[in-house]
Amino acid sequence: MIHVTNLSKTYNGTTVLNIENLEIKKGESFGLVGNNGAGKTTFFSLLLDLIQPSTGHIINNSVQVNNSEAWKPFTAAFLDESFLIGYLTPEEYFYFIGELRGQNKADVDALLAKHEDFFNGEILNNKKYLRDLSKGNQKKVGIIATLIGSPEVIILDEPFANLDPTTQIRLKKIIKELAANPNVTVLVSSHDLLHTIEVSDRIVALEKGRVVKDIHTTAETLQELEEFFAV
Amino acid sequence: MLKHFITLEWKSFLRSASFTSNLVLKIFMILAGLYFIALFLILGAALYYILEESQMKPFPVVNTFIIYYLFGDLIMRFFLQKTPVMNIKPLLFINIRKNSIVNYTLGKTAISFFNVLHLFFLVPFSVVLFIEGFDPLGVSCWFLGMILLILANNYLNILINKKDLLLYIIIGLIVVIAGSQYYNLFDITQYTRSFFMGLYEMKWLVIVPVILCGILYEITFRYFKKNLYLDAGLELKHEIARTENLTWLNQFGTLGTFLKNDIKLLKRNKRSKMTIIMSVVFLFYGLLFFSNGIESYSAPHWKIFAGIFVTGGFLLNFGQFVPSWDSAYYPLMMSQNIKYRDYLNSKWWLMVIATVISTVLASFYLYFGWEVYAAILVGAIYNLGVNAHVVLWAGAYVKTPIDLSTSKNAFGDKQAFNVKSLLLALPKIALPLLLYAIGHYTLGSTFGFILVASAGVIGFAFRNKVFAIIERVYKTEKYKTLAAYKQKN
Repeated sequence: MIHVTNLSKTYNGTTVLNIENLEIKKGESFGLVGNNGAGKTTFFSLLLDLIQPSTGHIINNSVQVNNSEAWKPFTAAFLDESFLIGYLTPEEYFYFIGELRGQNKADVDALLAKHEDFFNGEILNNKKYLRDLSKGNQKKVGIIATLIGSPEVIILDEPFANLDPTTQIRLKKIIKELAANPNVTVLVSSHDLLHTIEVSDRIVALEKGRVVKDIHTTAETLQELEEFFAV
Repeated sequence: MLKHFITLEWKSFLRSASFTSNLVLKIFMILAGLYFIALFLILGAALYYILEESQMKPFPVVNTFIIYYLFGDLIMRFFLQKTPVMNIKPLLFINIRKNSIVNYTLGKTAISFFNVLHLFFLVPFSVVLFIEGFDPLGVSCWFLGMILLILANNYLNILINKKDLLLYIIIGLIVVIAGSQYYNLFDITQYTRSFFMGLYEMKWLVIVPVILCGILYEITFRYFKKNLYLDAGLELKHEIARTENLTWLNQFGTLGTFLKNDIKLLKRNKRSKMTIIMSVVFLFYGLLFFSNGIESYSAPHWKIFAGIFVTGGFLLNFGQFVPSWDSAYYPLMMSQNIKYRDYLNSKWWLMVIATVISTVLASFYLYFGWEVYAAILVGAIYNLGVNAHVVLWAGAYVKTPIDLSTSKNAFGDKQAFNVKSLLLALPKIALPLLLYAIGHYTLGSTFGFILVASAGVIGFAFRNKVFAIIERVYKTEKYKTLAAYKQKN
């Protein structure tokens, strides 16, 4: 589904990302772990064509992302609050995204109803604009919005951060469900090794922009990763 | 303590993103500042002799009109002076007394350019008074009184910026006073002249400005201190949100989707509301031209100038910041399945609708004759055909992120109408003026109108071409724009 070739990103002579070759298969649930500054967000931003690669390219479903925009219809992402429109209510935001992805109001309503427990009664009909929601609640909105219109590639940057324990568990359930669908490729980054292992069947660890581990999740993965990061 | 504050301030100034990226504009502003300083210096030094030359008693005349000088100062401040901003949150829990935080924040506004500028008028003027043999002590008291009144204006402006009600009261007051003076109903200068003369003659009157300035400082101080809590002035006010579906726009397809969003953008953010207020103000701007209120505006080609502004208030104010209005969520827009053409189309339609509404509302100008309204109609056509494209085109290069919510923060700034936007508006005006002037002075005013209108119609024909160019600009500038918008976030 996603091919990365000779990808690198350099700022003022400092290489922040350098991936020679990486292939993410269709239907894979892909976890990206690494310390601060490892290049996780840079990688996702490159995947969404928000920054330009210094060398190399990414091919998403046979579309080269920095040349064509044809990847947009089947890709959905939530990186940070700059993916939210602050002056809209959550409902308006969902409908807006829905309309951009060719979904009508009823489709969106059905999806929202399905995830009602994830919202925990704090999102819908709450008479608040997105800018007035707490960080955690904003994140809930952003995550659910990526599911609108059944995208084939879903990219979530640090989805577990700022969420309360109950919501973290519910989010893991949602991601696992997505991962079970052979047509959906999920990419999740996190600092939390345990969460990532639970939801991903493949884990890549980045360090200073390079791939240092690439493992399929097994019972021993956590131990292996903990040993790696315990310096 | 003061030393710490000043180093913080200095660093935030030097390291601010706009300082490095906007050097050209900075230089331009510095030049403009120097120009005003020179103007005030010359005025201060020469005013006395100019008035004497025209057989008037300089000092009483100055004291008669100085009240309007102060009014003017207040209005200029409201539009141009930024209210004090200091990164206060990180200081709240540190071992610094709240009083010093507030005193510093307010105190530093006293050395703002808008206060210092007046010294360049007042100092040379007072020196001239000394030379001309006025009582030195009296002149000093007058000088001191004026400085204090300027400072009072400074603090009044801060309060006005925080409390909308006060703004309306003061605007109302100035309008009533100026209006009744104009129609000879009530002449406030009679009273204020005695007061300002009194500052010189009776010295002790200087106590009035001292008290006034003191009271205003105290009110501002209390207001700031009271709001120095995370859930008061430092926290955003939470409005009660209402979901609006605006389903009637659905019939327009993708265009409708964006229009819905833009309407909400305009309605729900103070910064964008300011645009609407400004377009209403622009609507009445033509009165200055057509009522012959200002002599230098009565030359024929100024009619077109008025026509452009009367109908184009929204277009000029809003259009120049496309796509910056969406800067806060630009990464979302760039990763969604959005066609630039649809996006631009929505903004363009918004400007078209606003221009048409302004043109209809401006029909009251028919009172001044059909030729006046013809100028407005022609201005509207030119706005729709040419300016709508030009502003969008120019906007594509503007990479200043717009913080829609700053206005809601008690310690933020709310001036949506700034020097930059004025500067960018100028080139869109010069061409139609020129076209009209060519027509007017060769074959008459009708030909002038025809020339400007046909420029508008021709511009219309190039719409798709221009949109294609803007789209290309959007694509080539995409990464730079994303990076620039990120700086603020």
